[in-house]
Amino acid sequence: MATLNLVQAINLALIQEMERDDRVLILGEDVGVNGGVFRVTEGLQKRFGEKRVVDTPLAESGIIGTSIGLAMAGLRPIPEIQFEGFLGPAYDQICSHAARMRTRTRGAFTVPLTIRVPVGGGIHAPELHSDSPEAIYAHQPGIKVVMPSSPYDAKGLLISAIRDPDPVIFFEPKRVYRAFREEVPEDEYTVPIGKARVVCEGGDLTVISWGASVIQCMQAVEKSSRSIELIDLRTIYPLDLDTIEASVKKTGRCVVVHEAPLTAGMGAEIAAQVMERCFLHLEAPVQRVTGFDTIMPYYKLELDYMPDATRISQAIEDAAAY
Amino acid sequence: MPRKIVHSVEIERISILDEHGNFDAALGEGLIPDADLVKLYEAMASCRYLDEVAFKLQRSGRMGTYPQNMGQEAGSLGAAYILDKEDWLVTCYRENCGLFWRGVPMESILLHWMGDERGNAMPRAHFATPIAVPIGTQMLHAAGLAWAAKYRGESRIACTFFGDGATSEGDFHEAANFAANLDLPVVFCCQNNFWAISTPWRIECSAPTVAQRGVAYGMPCMQVDGNDIFACAYAVKWAAQRARAESKPAFIEMVTYRLGDHTTADDARRYRDQAEVDVWKERDPLIRTRTHMERRKLWDSSKEEAMQARIKVDVDAAVKRAEEIAAPPAADLFDSMYAELPAQLAHQRDTRQTHSLASDQPARTEGH
Repeated sequence: MATLNLVQAINLALIQEMERDDRVLILGEDVGVNGGVFRVTEGLQKRFGEKRVVDTPLAESGIIGTSIGLAMAGLRPIPEIQFEGFLGPAYDQICSHAARMRTRTRGAFTVPLTIRVPVGGGIHAPELHSDSPEAIYAHQPGIKVVMPSSPYDAKGLLISAIRDPDPVIFFEPKRVYRAFREEVPEDEYTVPIGKARVVCEGGDLTVISWGASVIQCMQAVEKSSRSIELIDLRTIYPLDLDTIEASVKKTGRCVVVHEAPLTAGMGAEIAAQVMERCFLHLEAPVQRVTGFDTIMPYYKLELDYMPDATRISQAIEDAAAY
Repeated sequence: MPRKIVHSVEIERISILDEHGNFDAALGEGLIPDADLVKLYEAMASCRYLDEVAFKLQRSGRMGTYPQNMGQEAGSLGAAYILDKEDWLVTCYRENCGLFWRGVPMESILLHWMGDERGNAMPRAHFATPIAVPIGTQMLHAAGLAWAAKYRGESRIACTFFGDGATSEGDFHEAANFAANLDLPVVFCCQNNFWAISTPWRIECSAPTVAQRGVAYGMPCMQVDGNDIFACAYAVKWAAQRARAESKPAFIEMVTYRLGDHTTADDARRYRDQAEVDVWKERDPLIRTRTHMERRKLWDSSKEEAMQARIKVDVDAAVKRAEEIAAPPAADLFDSMYAELPAQLAHQRDTRQTHSLASDQPARTEGH
């Protein structure tokens, strides 16, 4: 079994799905000759040719709009949007068409595409290269939103996304890209969309997070003397509410951690669901540790913006002491 | 030489059957056989009558907002007539005539504007995409559909329709750029009808023609009289041949006019002069086609009368069929959202409630 980082795990998933299914093709800015700005598609054009790994003009709406046409015709396009900050120009095609085509045509046309997008801060990038827009897309009915935090999950979830008959936005946390390696089976496997992962079990308090913040949560959990259950959502929509409910009913306390801003973030939805499902089990109000309701700062202040182990630990203590 | 011309452009305009019924045999003879021309005329007349009926349906509360096609029948029909049956037809919402020629049932279009998604459930065999409401977004889908055909080694091409206003949208430019640079077999057909609701063409484009917008992307361009079924067919034939043979796009500007309001929710008298409308009424695609057929002894008033009676029966029957389709069950709201319904959504479907204290029984619904 190979020990891979997140970039290598995604690269491997792409290779295996392209070998398995000739309907799968990759398109985007710099994905071909250059192998992607993060090298996620490294070597793929050489391996599969210019027909299946396509360098497109620099136009995000064009990348998604043509991908929708490719998918309507029955292919399985995997467009890459280079950074989450550039999803904006493609928002119209994603939400006005990809998300609506199945219901608009009552199933006559479907859009099985996987939009790969590097996401989040922590890599000293310029403006609009560090945002966390997952809640925006989770709010849009008709699409699925996925964000792995580990190489193993990334490979398995990406394969699930590619095979999914509906549009999936696959967010790749940049801060995790080369942060660590883990064993990733060479063999084919899938991680189901819509299933959270219990990272570690505990009885005192539940911490829920996803993406790069999971790493910060693990640090906080390790520092804590309490018995903490950490849940990595892995899928933002549809939420795995059963796993959340079972955990919070057991612990009675819940802290949600995400990089995106507080207001109308996914933490708000999770807090509401926990309140509805676990009302009589709650020993403390659900706490949210998130980015501030500010614009994501330039990189000198990015660590002041993003939740870190110190802020998470504080919230754990406050919820535990309530 | 410090100065030289590096590029210059001429835009050709094609007119075969002019507004007075004069026919350019050199360009037009043999393009549309007489027997087909009669069918095309009947298709346009049928579409025109549907517009009248649809307007009345909306005014009497039997249908929602409806965009009349009146005056613009020739463009999409000429294209649908020339294209192969399995070429993609990627339209917006003023191309009923082409869609009907392709085989899309009239009641589907009616059903769509009656607020029922099932009207958009286009059978794959028609190779027609659903009605696209957001302006100027569907040309990218045409580029993708053409790309898929090329990817699979099929001879299929895509032909997309949009208005002059849509050429102001960024997606038009991205579609043109993708199609040209990635060598995609797309025929871009802009129906320049001079009005985007109340916005005159001059606010959309400062160049003398819309056609030349294609030049910037390295595409061959042509302007045609968009009310001339022969010229529209001629241009699409030219563009489709090139697309099929060379896998390259072309751009056609069809100069036409929206004789009606933008939709039934609009009143064009607020922003345009009747004198302008009157000029264009004389250029109606139906009038000149009928004149031409009469000159060729293909048509007379008794045939016209018989046809109008036939159309009335057909259109009225389509309206009846559309109106007889009962509202779908409310579960339809949910069932087409995903291939497999997520648990939360299944719960919303089953209970018709979103509040968490709801029992698992469906909510009692008051009659609508």
